[in-house]
Amino acid sequence: MGADLHGAPRPAGEPLLRVERLVKHFPLTQGILFKRKVGAVQAVDGVDLTLNRGETLGLVGESGCGKSTVAKTLLRLEEPTSGHAFYKGTDIFSLGRHELRALRRQIQIIFQDPYASLNPRMTVGDIITEAWEIHPGIVAKSDRRDRAQELLQRVGLSPDAVNRYPHQFSGGQRQRVGIARALTLNPDIIICDEPVSALDVSVQAQVINLLEEIQDEFGLAFIFVAHDLSVVRHISDRVAVMYLGRIVEIGDESDIYERATHPYTQALLSAAPLPDPEGRENRARVVLEGDVPSPANPPSGCRFRTRCWKAQEVCAEQDPQLLDRFGHGHPSACHFADTSLEPPRSAVPPAALA
Amino acid sequence: MTATTPLASPPPSPTAHLLEVEDLHVEFRTRRGTVNAVNGVSYTLDERETLAILGESGSGKSVSAQAVMGIIDSPPGFVTSGSIRYRGTDLLTLPERDLEQVRGAKIAMIFQDALSALNPVFRVGWQLAEMYRVHTGTSKGEAREKAIELMDRVRIPSARERIDSYPHEFSGGMRQRVMIAMALALDPDIIIADEPTTALDVTVQAQIMQLLKDLQDESGLGLILITHDLGVVADVADRLAVMYAGKLVETAEVHELYRRPAHPYTKGLMASIPRTDQKGTRLSPIVGSPPSLMRIPPGCSFHPRCSYRRDNCKTDVPPLYPVGGGRASACHYAEEVMADGR
Repeated sequence: MGADLHGAPRPAGEPLLRVERLVKHFPLTQGILFKRKVGAVQAVDGVDLTLNRGETLGLVGESGCGKSTVAKTLLRLEEPTSGHAFYKGTDIFSLGRHELRALRRQIQIIFQDPYASLNPRMTVGDIITEAWEIHPGIVAKSDRRDRAQELLQRVGLSPDAVNRYPHQFSGGQRQRVGIARALTLNPDIIICDEPVSALDVSVQAQVINLLEEIQDEFGLAFIFVAHDLSVVRHISDRVAVMYLGRIVEIGDESDIYERATHPYTQALLSAAPLPDPEGRENRARVVLEGDVPSPANPPSGCRFRTRCWKAQEVCAEQDPQLLDRFGHGHPSACHFADTSLEPPRSAVPPAALA
Repeated sequence: MTATTPLASPPPSPTAHLLEVEDLHVEFRTRRGTVNAVNGVSYTLDERETLAILGESGSGKSVSAQAVMGIIDSPPGFVTSGSIRYRGTDLLTLPERDLEQVRGAKIAMIFQDALSALNPVFRVGWQLAEMYRVHTGTSKGEAREKAIELMDRVRIPSARERIDSYPHEFSGGMRQRVMIAMALALDPDIIIADEPTTALDVTVQAQIMQLLKDLQDESGLGLILITHDLGVVADVADRLAVMYAGKLVETAEVHELYRRPAHPYTKGLMASIPRTDQKGTRLSPIVGSPPSLMRIPPGCSFHPRCSYRRDNCKTDVPPLYPVGGGRASACHYAEEVMADGR
């Protein structure tokens, strides 16, 4: 059990959630009867995070960077390979079945696909009240229907939705049902895994507004996993950028979007098309070469070096730690972290000279 | 198949647009009723031009493009009226034999999902070469060389080594390049790209859009870009046509449109995307959701969601009113919308 890990009294200002050295490797096997492990997909490879009460942490990156795997391990929907995640001082990864069930009252999730995440054979009312049956004692049986109707109204659906089935709703309305379900147990944290990616632009904005409203109203902290950079910027207080299973840069929303120092963050931001045609001909743009390497066989040293225009020999030899090397005010996992896009003048990282 | 014969119909008129779609109607007759997917769409495309057709799911943007390509499953889909003129020749009245010389050859299409558009059991190079060989009647050896040349042209690194790979050995971005190579094989004048980068990551998306732009510069292609992404449109389009419930609601040059939208729907879309200066404020989404194409509201189809609506919007169908500067908007109160700064 993790008791020894958090025996000491919690210091003031302890974050709601603290993730340390989170690793999730998926084994690659060969053979049919006798499966031999021949390698591992390093989906998440040493991630540290904190989440404070009431804040939104955006988790961005391209497909396969591990952002959704991080989200799933925090609920133990995937078992982590190693690492710790302390929720109010308790290590989520060391909990037994019963304790885990209690924990899941506090951490809920909203999925990307509102079509797949609602049971088509249950009415919306049953979907909402199911959680109260699993966790009895929160809402008395006789009150459940009323409470479900209240919640549905809160997320902008009509109370008579309780009698209807998921297929009778549009994508945006289904996502509202998903949000109502996440609120049933009055959690502290909601993990939003690409909650608006499948929705049309006009509906997406409605759901983003709703998420912000319920966050204020219920004092929720969000981990907001998404690939849409402008949506993440809008909703997040802090942002972590992931590449090949690692966080490459983390900071306040303005640190990341206005003062990015990691070349990958810079490339990602410059590649994202802006919804404004003014000055598009003169916009500075970094178009990265090639694709993301396989997470089963990541490059040595810095994982981004194979696509990086700043890469030097040292990048292949030394794995850059996530540090604030040069006083930029937020950590970045690059030997040559700099807000400028210029390639480094010297092959030796400035930190080694200092 | 015999070698290419020149288009039998009247010689291309020099004044004609590269592509001219006029009053196109497409419906799908299903057991549950008729789906009015495209209800009178008109647009033109010229050489070297990029026209973006913007719309949300169910707006009819893809179906209108499929009608141009002639790839609508019929039944249930029917092009009920309208014309589609390629260099002045109406494709809807052209005999099948002549049509083959245009569709797929002069007008090619790229789809969103490159993995399902490629056959997984054949090598990529073979699929490219075979398509070329069938259409042009060249030898297998020549076709293979052509495949390598095409893969080079879409910047697939070491094309000669990769020609014998299978689709699954390519990344999503590389597969989309193969699709573009296939579209380019017969030297088209027009490429219709239906959400070509939607399934791709943002850094790869930038590569593909850059490639399409380069190819357009090289050979003067007319490009129709079908998308829901206001960012992509702002990045590459010259002109923009916005679709809602199977109709064009606004057409304009792209800078003009972003500066001053003339239709409440376009305006609502713009207000729905988070911008830097809106940080910390709520977005202003459009209320409600798009209508089902089986039950399009009477009058202006956008009226139930519109904040500018008056009584006549519920009954009178707005035509595309010209609103100056070559722009048009299907709103009875377009001038008010344009003048309104919010």
